[in-house]
Amino acid sequence: MLGLNKKDLSLLLIVAFLALCAPFILNPFPSDSSLAQFNAGYPDLMQRFVIFGIFAIGFNILFGLTGYLSFGHAAFLGVGSYSAVWMFKLLSMNVVPAIVLSVIVAGLFSVVIGFVSLRRSGIYFSILTLAFAQMSFNLAYSVLTPITNGETGLQLTLDDPRILGASRTESGGIPVTNFFGLDMRDTYEMVVGPWAFQFNNGYYLCAILMLISFYLAIRIFRSPFGMMLRAIKSNNTRMTYTGLNARPYTLAAFVISGMYAGLAGGLLASMDPLAGAERMQWTASGEVVLMTILGGAGTLIGPVLGAGFIKYFENIFSKINDGVLHTWFGFMPDGLEDLVVTLVHPFVGKGWHLTLGLVFMLVVIFLPGGLVEGGQRIGRLFRRKKSGDEAKKSTQSTPAE
Amino acid sequence: MSNSNLTRRGLMKTSALAGAGLALPTIFTASSASAFTNEPTGGTVTLGFNVPQSGPYADEGADELRAYQLAVEHLNGGGDGGMMNTFSSKVLQGGGILGKKVEFVTGDTQTKSDAARASAKSMIEKDGAIMITGGSSSGVAVAVQGLCQEAGVIFMAGLTHSNDTTGKDKKANGFRHFFNAYMSAAALAPVLQKLYGSERKAYHLTADYTWGWTQEESIAAATEAMGWETVNKVRTPLAATDFSSYIAPVLNSGADVLVLNHYGGNMVNSLTNAVQFGLREKQVNGKNFEIVVPLYSRLMARGAGENVKGIHGSTNWHWSLQDDASKAFVKSFGEKYGFPPSQAAHTVYCQTLLYADAVMRAGSFNPCAVVEALEGFEFDGLGNGKTLYRADDHQCFKDVLVVRGKENPTSEFDLLEVVEVTPAAQVTYPADHPMFAGGALGNCNPGA
Amino acid sequence: MDAIILQILNGLDKGSAYALIALGLTLIFGTLGVVNFAHGALFMIGAFCAVTLQRILNISFETIDPTRTDFLGNPMKVKTTYVETWFGPEVGASIIDWAVPLAILFSIPIMIGIGFIMERGLIKHFYKRPHADQILVTFGLAIVLQEVIKFFYGANPIPTGAPDVFKGSFDFGMLLGFEANAIIYPYWRLVYFAFAAVIIGAVFSFLQFTTFGMVVRAGMADRETVGLLGINIDKRFTIMFGIAAAVAGLAGVMYAPINSPNYHMGMDFLVLSFVVVVVGGMGSLPGAVLAGFLLGILESFASMNEIKSIIPGIDQIIIYLVAIIILLTRPRGLMGRKGVMED
Repeated sequence: MLGLNKKDLSLLLIVAFLALCAPFILNPFPSDSSLAQFNAGYPDLMQRFVIFGIFAIGFNILFGLTGYLSFGHAAFLGVGSYSAVWMFKLLSMNVVPAIVLSVIVAGLFSVVIGFVSLRRSGIYFSILTLAFAQMSFNLAYSVLTPITNGETGLQLTLDDPRILGASRTESGGIPVTNFFGLDMRDTYEMVVGPWAFQFNNGYYLCAILMLISFYLAIRIFRSPFGMMLRAIKSNNTRMTYTGLNARPYTLAAFVISGMYAGLAGGLLASMDPLAGAERMQWTASGEVVLMTILGGAGTLIGPVLGAGFIKYFENIFSKINDGVLHTWFGFMPDGLEDLVVTLVHPFVGKGWHLTLGLVFMLVVIFLPGGLVEGGQRIGRLFRRKKSGDEAKKSTQSTPAE
Repeated sequence: MSNSNLTRRGLMKTSALAGAGLALPTIFTASSASAFTNEPTGGTVTLGFNVPQSGPYADEGADELRAYQLAVEHLNGGGDGGMMNTFSSKVLQGGGILGKKVEFVTGDTQTKSDAARASAKSMIEKDGAIMITGGSSSGVAVAVQGLCQEAGVIFMAGLTHSNDTTGKDKKANGFRHFFNAYMSAAALAPVLQKLYGSERKAYHLTADYTWGWTQEESIAAATEAMGWETVNKVRTPLAATDFSSYIAPVLNSGADVLVLNHYGGNMVNSLTNAVQFGLREKQVNGKNFEIVVPLYSRLMARGAGENVKGIHGSTNWHWSLQDDASKAFVKSFGEKYGFPPSQAAHTVYCQTLLYADAVMRAGSFNPCAVVEALEGFEFDGLGNGKTLYRADDHQCFKDVLVVRGKENPTSEFDLLEVVEVTPAAQVTYPADHPMFAGGALGNCNPGA
Repeated sequence: MDAIILQILNGLDKGSAYALIALGLTLIFGTLGVVNFAHGALFMIGAFCAVTLQRILNISFETIDPTRTDFLGNPMKVKTTYVETWFGPEVGASIIDWAVPLAILFSIPIMIGIGFIMERGLIKHFYKRPHADQILVTFGLAIVLQEVIKFFYGANPIPTGAPDVFKGSFDFGMLLGFEANAIIYPYWRLVYFAFAAVIIGAVFSFLQFTTFGMVVRAGMADRETVGLLGINIDKRFTIMFGIAAAVAGLAGVMYAPINSPNYHMGMDFLVLSFVVVVVGGMGSLPGAVLAGFLLGILESFASMNEIKSIIPGIDQIIIYLVAIIILLTRPRGLMGRKGVMED
């Protein structure tokens, strides 16, 4: 079905199920329990999960397949966001033209940068992409302020000249981004006992686009084009000897992943119409590298997992403060409670970076293939109980480049 | 294009389509009838404290968080009541806000507008925060203020000094207690004139982003009005750590005053570098060379060590003030944490109290009622003398302190001394002042 | 003219910091083939060695002075340092004053130790792993190291002054026949430049003129062959890692008085130092030093008002622009070898 083999199809179906049921899955704890802190099922974070998932899927098409490590992918996400917000300011609050434009602009941007950077390989390529992205960031923050609004980020204002649509609503506010009338920020809340599940329009738009992106990524991975990219990764020189020019293929991969980044940027702006220059900083480019490696570079699902993992840390762990810790450990005797809180304190709240750093190290030390390998190991553990032979076969057939 | 909410409690009206597909047997929330975003229904009300916890301003964020915790304690009737006792409005009695116990959630802005908005959104969508406050930079303040306007909650700005926050980016749901670049300039200029005369040539080094530009504009305008000449205005990259190549040419430029429009880490480094180059021992045009840091932060000044000695600047508040309110605040903060509060701590404590007080006076948590209660509100007893929350732009007008790096500090906190308390009247500007033009408050937005 | 000389001085000074960090990074990369994203953190830890020594020297006991009061109105606690009580106020004060130069001695064993532990405990297991894994693990380590420093020292910069004799600045202009104050340069920055020159010279002569250095150079060129000759190259590489860590650390110690150390200063330098290394050519030590000084000088020139008025914002991007131009005209940087890190 859909031109996929059985294995890929089931993977796609699993991802589709997870994405569509995310409001349930990410909200496992009743909202009045002390563990509700760990719930991630609110619109903003769910949107970020899938948007950065798209970003990482795209990055993986370049890095996972060709091995070219770009350190400047955040620039494409940034220009995507800027073009989307400009679209909202000038044309209409409908997200479709904004997203289309952001993909196109990011695509053009990546053609230029890719054409130049791909003249070099290895770390020289990485530094070239990094240099382009840092230049974009530095200029966006300062000299290009008329276009980017610098430090504050590009925002909508009450007097934007929106050609198709009103500058301001009847009640005097800034209009909301929508998909043909369907407001992106509208949320439907379903309350089941102590649980509150939130279904957000914007999230579902992002999720559907993520599934399409994911499907395209599978197709690319399994296509002759994907094969060619893998060949470039495993031995570029030999490829050249066979008379094939690898550059057009890598450039195509670069542009595709740049367009994915542009899509992610456009979606970020569609969910929340603001484009900040920090989106282009090298730390943002580094983040998508980390997402991909953490999840498992070259695997299909890995980058999405990595993206979710890092965003979860950033948004959930940073909000755990001492007060929350005291409610968790309140059942303990006073002295012990204070001791435990003191011990946990450096790792949560303002210390969330520390935990993230430790997790990076642990994952890469013990799970060289990233989180995907962790999942495979657990899977193997269960399967081994059933039958050892089968497990061997199935892991061999799993591509984990 | 309906104006709907982005809240957890919001009921979807327009997208019944998606709803119909998913609406299995459900029990609908009572809050479907709520009049505004995150209306507190139980016995508690949640405030969102959004401060930098990682990145260069983490220490300032930590101090803000301490002050917030203190404010919550006082609002709920704990501690010694701090400035609640000196506050001119007496409706706060320590029984929470409108009888509801105050709770809070915290988040990390990372001093990035994106991350700050994500954090604020999670407070609104997930935790049901009715008010967001905090921040340590103008970019973040403007970004979060915009979000709160759209979401229909109140934003009480923390440390933000750019003219834009209550100028071209002002919003009906946003309020700023902190002073701004224009006020710094208006307060500093007369003092500088008195000290250094009116025949001076100033050289500006400015952090190359919006806050830096507004401060440069304000200071240059104020000093030029009293006869100073501006020799040069040089923009420095935000990411710069070593300012030597910007400072080296200053001496040969003919300038005899260096104005550092830098904040935080930039300020520490540029001031340290300037002193390293021995600028302060030099004579130019027959006068002593002087350095001015228009916006001082005591926490950050510590990083520059003894280089701050004798350098003038302005600040929103300082713990050594001797009025009853300041003394009460320093006492309750100092007894709880063991050191005096910073200006960031003071401003966020005031903001929390001001919000609570406005809700009490309005008798409702509805943002529009709160806005109405805060607009044009005159108060006293929060450490800055008589203060007005101006209705036209939601900016507080109050006394501004001109301070100087102390020559003989008696402790590690005793870095600055107050040179002059500039009365509010002197720093007040008309609401349509050109430096603040270009924006509109719009209407208050209660969300739902 | 004087402005140009000034900016050359500035460039040499900036360049020395870049060159020192890039040198260590190249040593690690050239010998071990490891991309060390934690190198900036080593620089930062070096600077905090100076801070720590300053703190240690300032350990003090408290006496209560009833005549004065603190900010809460309680009797003031006056601190006296042990160093001053032991050595007398004057000698004690000058020991504290010299904290940063003393920290050089203090930091060398610490940095070499950290280098050994890092290499033996962590990096060793990553020689055979892809560069991406090396980046992830060392980046994780860098975050952990800087968060640990933040936990103990806070996020704000900590003033760490140079000894009093090095305060103030030297008037070069007088020497060259310009009028007074035309070209002045701070003493400590001159010290930094001289120090960097000494360290760079020492590392090069060590590699060039000792047997140990010869073996290491041979190992850099062809690790397997050297191994086949029966030489325990791994042990020497561990030592080189320690030396590289020490170079980064010393660069940090001496940098502390120039800009007050803070926990994220390593990250600020990280990207820049990678650009320097790559522009110099991966694996080339002279290339790293050359590129360090070159980028330092260009950066200084770009910040001149005359140039900024022609091309606004050039000082924001000059480093990256130069990197792009060099990499496009010279495929392996200034002095890079073929086949290193190209796949």
